[in-house]
Amino acid sequence: MNGIHDMGGVHGYGPIDREEDEPVFHHAWEGKALALARVGLAGGHFNLDEFRHAMERIAPVQYLSISYYERWLEGTLMMLDAKGVVSAEEFQTRLDELSKSSGGGA
Amino acid sequence: MTSDNNVELRVRALESLLLEKGLVEAPAIDEIIDLFENRLGPQNGGKVVVRAWTDPAFKARLLANATEAIVEMGYDAVQGEDMVVVENTPEIHNVVVCTLCSCFPWATLGLPPVWYKSAPYRARAASDPRGVLVEFGTEISDEAQVRVWDSNAELRYMVLPERPAGTGAMNEDELLALVTRDSMIGVTRAQNP
Repeated sequence: MNGIHDMGGVHGYGPIDREEDEPVFHHAWEGKALALARVGLAGGHFNLDEFRHAMERIAPVQYLSISYYERWLEGTLMMLDAKGVVSAEEFQTRLDELSKSSGGGA
Repeated sequence: MTSDNNVELRVRALESLLLEKGLVEAPAIDEIIDLFENRLGPQNGGKVVVRAWTDPAFKARLLANATEAIVEMGYDAVQGEDMVVVENTPEIHNVVVCTLCSCFPWATLGLPPVWYKSAPYRARAASDPRGVLVEFGTEISDEAQVRVWDSNAELRYMVLPERPAGTGAMNEDELLALVTRDSMIGVTRAQNP
């Protein structure tokens, strides 16, 4: 299946942007996002192929505009919803609660 | 959905739900982060390369069955993936990419850098590897062959860079300092002493 993720040979993305002495994670939430995906995998809630396929199903414009670990988070959320572990509604409710208690920053 | 503030909150929301459901405990999350942040990384791959440079029997095992040779050094596969190590020589220069996403030899190199996961590298490593190598400051002669290895979930590639000339008298720690992460991806050579 081709799609936005299938980038081999695509023209027009420009030069490769590199960072010297790059940290493993640029923000604490990135490590958390990776860890939560691995919790889903290790817990047998979804497998690696399902997870990868979920990230590949992120809408093309969103896929290109969000960062790498945001794709991990969205893939994890999609899989946990699909498997009935954490529903999208349940997640949204919690997000709204946290958003309110943190001053509505979202 | 794109601001760091919002994504930080989204991660926190999911974390709190998984903790609440008893699907994970907080120390396990910290343990995973510590593994990727501190214990996995190119320092492991560097030791594999130096051993291959200094121990011909190990090098033969590494090129014949990298998965087993790497486990022999104590670096287990993280996702049950198989490893293949390809050797750079004056005649053949190997480069690793993952055009579909970010597959990378976690056991030996840890998590990939941002550029490896970026659209420009994924797109162009496949179609114009010599151009990409020039961008990394790596000149390859016209006579040498460039081979591009596209990683996938089950099979991860690592490059065994050429041992630089003039390093015959160096000890293992000195050699280790010459082996960079990028040289094990194949976008650069090992550093000269």
